[in-house]
Amino acid sequence: MKYETVVGLEVHVELSTNTKIFCSCANEFGGEPNTHACPICTGMPGVLPVLNENVVEYAAKAGLALNCEIANFSKMDRKGYYYPDLPKAYQISQFDLPICNNGYVTIYTNGVEKKIRILRIHIEEDAGKLLHEGTLGSKVDYNRCGVPLIEIVTEPDLRSADEAKDFLDTIKSTMEYIDVSDCKMQEGSLRCDVNVSVRPKGSDKLGTRCEMKNVNSFSSAYKSIVYEAKRQIELIEDGEQVIQQTRRWDDEKGKTFAMRGKEEAHDYRYFPDPDLVPVVLTDDQIIGYRNSLPELPKDKKTRYINELELSDYDAGVLTSSKYIADYFEQGLKAYDNPKNLANWVMGDLLRILKDEGILPEDMQSDPALMIEALKLVDDGVVNVTVGKNVFEESFKTNKSPSTIVEEKGLKQISDTGELEKMIKEIVAANPKPVADYKAGNKKALTFFVGQMMKATKGKANPKIVNELVIKEIDG
Amino acid sequence: METYKLTLKQTLEKLKKGEVSPSELTKNYIDRIKSVEPDVDALNETEFDEAIKKAKQMDKKVEKGEGGILAGVPYILKDNMCTKGLKTTCSSKILNNFVPPYNATVVDKLEFQGAILLAKANMDEFAMGSSTENSAFKKTNNPFDLKRVPGGSSGGSAASVAAGEAAFALGSDTGGSIRQPAAYCGVIGLKPTYGVVSRYGLVAFASSLDQIGPLTKTVEDSAIVLSAIAGHDKKDSTSIEMKTHNYTEGLDKEIKGIRIGVPKEYFKEGLSADVKASIDNAIKTYESLGAVVEETTLPTFDYALSAYYIISSAEATSNLSRYDGVKYGYRADEFSDIVDLYKQTRTEGFGKEVKRRIMLGNYVLSSGYYDAYYLKAQKVRTLIKQDFDNIFEKYDLILSPTTPAVAFKAGEKEDPMAMYMTDIYTVPINIAGLPAISIPCGMSSENMPIGMQLIGKPLSEKTILNAGHIYEQARGSFPLAKL
Repeated sequence: MKYETVVGLEVHVELSTNTKIFCSCANEFGGEPNTHACPICTGMPGVLPVLNENVVEYAAKAGLALNCEIANFSKMDRKGYYYPDLPKAYQISQFDLPICNNGYVTIYTNGVEKKIRILRIHIEEDAGKLLHEGTLGSKVDYNRCGVPLIEIVTEPDLRSADEAKDFLDTIKSTMEYIDVSDCKMQEGSLRCDVNVSVRPKGSDKLGTRCEMKNVNSFSSAYKSIVYEAKRQIELIEDGEQVIQQTRRWDDEKGKTFAMRGKEEAHDYRYFPDPDLVPVVLTDDQIIGYRNSLPELPKDKKTRYINELELSDYDAGVLTSSKYIADYFEQGLKAYDNPKNLANWVMGDLLRILKDEGILPEDMQSDPALMIEALKLVDDGVVNVTVGKNVFEESFKTNKSPSTIVEEKGLKQISDTGELEKMIKEIVAANPKPVADYKAGNKKALTFFVGQMMKATKGKANPKIVNELVIKEIDG
Repeated sequence: METYKLTLKQTLEKLKKGEVSPSELTKNYIDRIKSVEPDVDALNETEFDEAIKKAKQMDKKVEKGEGGILAGVPYILKDNMCTKGLKTTCSSKILNNFVPPYNATVVDKLEFQGAILLAKANMDEFAMGSSTENSAFKKTNNPFDLKRVPGGSSGGSAASVAAGEAAFALGSDTGGSIRQPAAYCGVIGLKPTYGVVSRYGLVAFASSLDQIGPLTKTVEDSAIVLSAIAGHDKKDSTSIEMKTHNYTEGLDKEIKGIRIGVPKEYFKEGLSADVKASIDNAIKTYESLGAVVEETTLPTFDYALSAYYIISSAEATSNLSRYDGVKYGYRADEFSDIVDLYKQTRTEGFGKEVKRRIMLGNYVLSSGYYDAYYLKAQKVRTLIKQDFDNIFEKYDLILSPTTPAVAFKAGEKEDPMAMYMTDIYTVPINIAGLPAISIPCGMSSENMPIGMQLIGKPLSEKTILNAGHIYEQARGSFPLAKL
């Protein structure tokens, strides 16, 4: 039997507001344990939360960017459970009236466009972190308590690990575009719970699902879906049943392990938080948020195709990350050949980032360096190959491309006299390729160009060399 | 000079005239506390050295006529309001060693107005109770009869004012916890409109019902203290955006033509004959002052107590979940793992009544029961509010007894339901978030004080205080407790 995998995601995104959600502590990653903590975020007796307005704004913007309806009236609820990193023993979240509802995200997986529905987005506070010290016990760092989060909950619309990965990439890129989160995976600002079930292909009934916790990267999300779907299919094939449960993803082992069953599921005893007033947004406020949104990836892509005449593929690659698109657009201000710049950004910049293990968001390099290298090529100061090498070095050292060319003496040799002399020698020393060329094999010409480049260490102007070789052989 | 017998107003006048200095006054109160405290037992932690120090600083200011509207006046605070550097226990074992690193907003406001903190008052553990017998530390005795309870949960605050231990005290009122002990101890207890006084730093029992208010000897004193503590606080999202008021203005205004409704539901079975007679007298006094007093009805009255215990317990179970032995307060000595740490700490740290409410609250919020209990109670809450709205379309004020009977004897009410019934007249007001005051209006045959309750529309504190003050003038002085 053929099976279909059904995936739903709950994505937690940390919002990059200056202060925490209910107090004035700095919302900063890191710091010595318990240095970004106060009586309010550590839940001391008698303190009260006050909702940070920026959190509401960021959440609403996230909802708008993901095509959600923004609620005029939503409220904060308490979700009760005991854990040492949750100082009040309840998390302030939103239960039945979240701030955003009914959105969607368009993904393109293997060239196929698909809408993934978003059920809801709600606001909540993050918990602290436990530092386990073996037999000595555990310590709690409350720095992360009260960091604002949004939880994006999808409908079970995803059908493969590939689609899930594309969805997560799109969410990340969108959040970066609207600047509500820095989306740093390694700092935990984007995390997800993954719900997986399988069913016979063609069936419209959902199978029994398992929820996987501790999925801390997109690659883990991908691997956990592949693993879990396979585990469930094997169970069914063996005549067993999938049991609804919460499972923990172990990234090192690449496996999921049962945590708790449906019967042991927490009763969170949600109820409206009496310390907070409802979140009321007027239509004018919502329109204001909408108007303040920057150009979103989808619109940017369309603009690149229509106005810059880039291909669908190129426009897609360039807009996949805000940071790459920003780099590209900043470059365009000083350079008017979008296609050429696009080739360098996609071909060279992205390769260097990958080779160097630098994430686009961490890139420090000024696009002016690439423009300078590009202009050196366009002006014939260096050839394309040298130009790209110079850019790479410039990217790594932050030295200006002209300085590199100067220091290393990489200027193209366009002096025909000097080149003619060298060509004469090479032609004289290689009668066979000369004969081949004369016999009509035009490809033989590349041999001479190659030899010239070798002799000039790549500095010869290839166009001039070509002309001179033909002149020399043809007489 | 027996300064402890003075009202707050008289004390302020004497300070102003230089007839007594803040230092003398503070020392007098400390002496008074030392002399009566063995009988009354109203206080937990005292802060005498610090109080004397502050009083000395105030001496010069008061001389120059500076220092705020309560400059140099010693006061007592219920032990559920946070005081920086001074233990705040809620009379619970679980917070027995808790010293807050911050002040409640009311504490900052009183300090700003020059008041001097003397001590933290005993209370029912986490403000759950009506007799102060639920304190983990001590039983407080009613200054009018030491064998009787002072009421609760602000029993320590009410008893301390009745015993002359301070010029005024602050209490908190979730279902009657200021007004009921005020009635039992023969003092004035005011519960302001929900949101008039900041709850920041008040250790929460039931957040949507809790409100801080003054316990004083006179209505005018109550107005003075309210002027100091009321006002919007950006640290409390539920505090009302309002300008600060001088609540002492207009106290003497004539009340001729004022319309007072008396809900008949307050006079059904359970009301003692003594209390009824005193209320009838108070009504006659009001009529003689030109007020129009009429019978009215509060049809949802019978559902208020049930709704109250569901809502307040639900909120309490959540508010008290933070006391888990992890971060501060009591932690059990022995435990096997984290779950056991929670269990042992909470088993040992909380008293019987608190545990009862936690269990009740967890039950009504459980999935499958939420709609039948919590949600239904919230609907009842809306109906009760509507009932009050209807009454206030016709009347300026509601008058009722504060409690069905006078203070009972310690240990007399072992059945929790019997205890809960003592708040039956006060809880509907918290549910509706209204302001209300309890004013002594007579003595019972056993020579115990009886309280009358005046209830107003939201933010009508001035109307209540005006009507209360005028009544008080007509009533004449009220006997002090003989200690």
